[in-house]
Amino acid sequence: MKSRETVRVGAGAGTSDDRIVPALELAERGDIDYLVFECLAERTVSRENLSRSKDPNLGYSPSLHARLRMVLPACMRNGIRIVSNMGAANPLGGARAARKEAADLGLGDVPVAVVLGDDVSSIVKHRPELKLIENGEPLESILPKMISANAYLGADVVCEALNTGAPIVLSGRVADPSLFLAPMLHEFDWSYDDLPKIAQGTAAGHLLECTASVTGGCFGWPGKKEVPDLARNGYPFADVKADGSIVIGKTPDTGGRLDVMTCTEQLIYEIHDPTAYITPDCVLDITGIALSEESADRVRVEGARARPRTETYKVNVGYADGYIGEGEVSYGGIDAVARAKWAAEIVKERLRLQGFVYDDFRVDLIGMSSLHDQVDIRPEPYEVRLRLAGRTRERKAAHAIGFEVRAMHMHGPGGAGGACEPRVRDVLAVKSVLLPRNLVNSQVIVEGTL
Amino acid sequence: MSVRVYDLAHARAGDKGNTSNISVICYDATHWNFIERELTPERVADAFKHVAKGPVRRYPLRNLKAFNFVIENALGGGVTISLAQDIHGKSLSNVMLAIELPDPEARK
Repeated sequence: MKSRETVRVGAGAGTSDDRIVPALELAERGDIDYLVFECLAERTVSRENLSRSKDPNLGYSPSLHARLRMVLPACMRNGIRIVSNMGAANPLGGARAARKEAADLGLGDVPVAVVLGDDVSSIVKHRPELKLIENGEPLESILPKMISANAYLGADVVCEALNTGAPIVLSGRVADPSLFLAPMLHEFDWSYDDLPKIAQGTAAGHLLECTASVTGGCFGWPGKKEVPDLARNGYPFADVKADGSIVIGKTPDTGGRLDVMTCTEQLIYEIHDPTAYITPDCVLDITGIALSEESADRVRVEGARARPRTETYKVNVGYADGYIGEGEVSYGGIDAVARAKWAAEIVKERLRLQGFVYDDFRVDLIGMSSLHDQVDIRPEPYEVRLRLAGRTRERKAAHAIGFEVRAMHMHGPGGAGGACEPRVRDVLAVKSVLLPRNLVNSQVIVEGTL
Repeated sequence: MSVRVYDLAHARAGDKGNTSNISVICYDATHWNFIERELTPERVADAFKHVAKGPVRRYPLRNLKAFNFVIENALGGGVTISLAQDIHGKSLSNVMLAIELPDPEARK
């Protein structure tokens, strides 16, 4: 049970491919006030931009349909508000799709508040001098191939969207922890000057943003780090009070595990300098954080600190960067590894003879060296799967890799089996720049009648 | 005598661009000083030399019984362009856990 002055913010997704059933359990049995779906990986917006360019109605996260269809009835019944970046490259299109799902479910006219302004492609186009964080080169170097440019917006504009009263808030790119901080700003009217509270809320958001990562997902190890009933692991929520106190919990009667160990792994996840985790809302310092187990499956978070937010937004610039081609085939039994290595040399030679060139090329012996390299010191397995992959400017050169690997069935060493179809994918690369805040015009509009 | 990082700590790898960060979290806070002394950035860079160019930075998180290792040039150019199967380097925490250190009992 939560107390009356507590706001409970639940985590319903940590990536567009995240599982959906635990979100429904949270909506039905978690006694939550908000359900946050974080669904955008680094390159997802670029990919959705391409979808929108093919069909102007698309460009939002395709998972929006399945997610809303599953959770919307329970959310509307229980007065749970939904916050999500599933708007991706087309938040307005996403809002229309969400409203249609609601209507089809018999829930009537459900208004959706839409956060706009993260798409800054038309702004950065005129600023070719901006420096790419990754290599210091000017943005100009990738501008001709640019597909998307999106600023990581903060909790302030999402809070503004919540202030409209709409049951659903949809955005494009918003920093992951900010999606969770927004309901806290909205409920408690925290000021950005009140840094201890902004810090606590951001830390809570960071703990929740990968859903099951604090409830035993990506954690268990047989005989070492046991996770009970992992098949039924539940999603987490944060119990937040106006004074900034935070306790992380999870849906009752679910599997998994929530304790100081699981929370510590997630707290440090994807952080570099732990005294300076930069979000659009603050510069978070986690080094003073203390985690403690208040009761079973409840962890208290104390001591987050922060410095004020920076004067810039981080902008992800997505651009087309050629193609990746790959192929796989298997060898088993006597001299399996020797035959696989021989096959790799034959494929490389055939690609060379056809004049194909690659910016990067890689040979993996799956079962020996595909994850951590060092093939020479690994024990030989009974069977091995050969994988070749290359990145190139030419689609034809990318396709040739899988084509030649598949040809190992008939034109390679003896006993090759199970080659896959040649695989080719477009490379959507991402680099980033910093853009002064005053150049970004974030805004909220409401689709439907409030 | 030696122990593995695995015996004293748990770990998780995260990714940002071409940089991997790997937490090392002691099961028992009394091992923190030993890990600090032995699991240096140089030791980690050596263990990762086949998968990452580096450099490696180490940040202490004493409150959390932990360290954060930030390993640059570790993800085949970055998640979006990497040719690796494990483009996020999620499995790299296991390279960390396999590092062997001198036995802390023997050094007392």
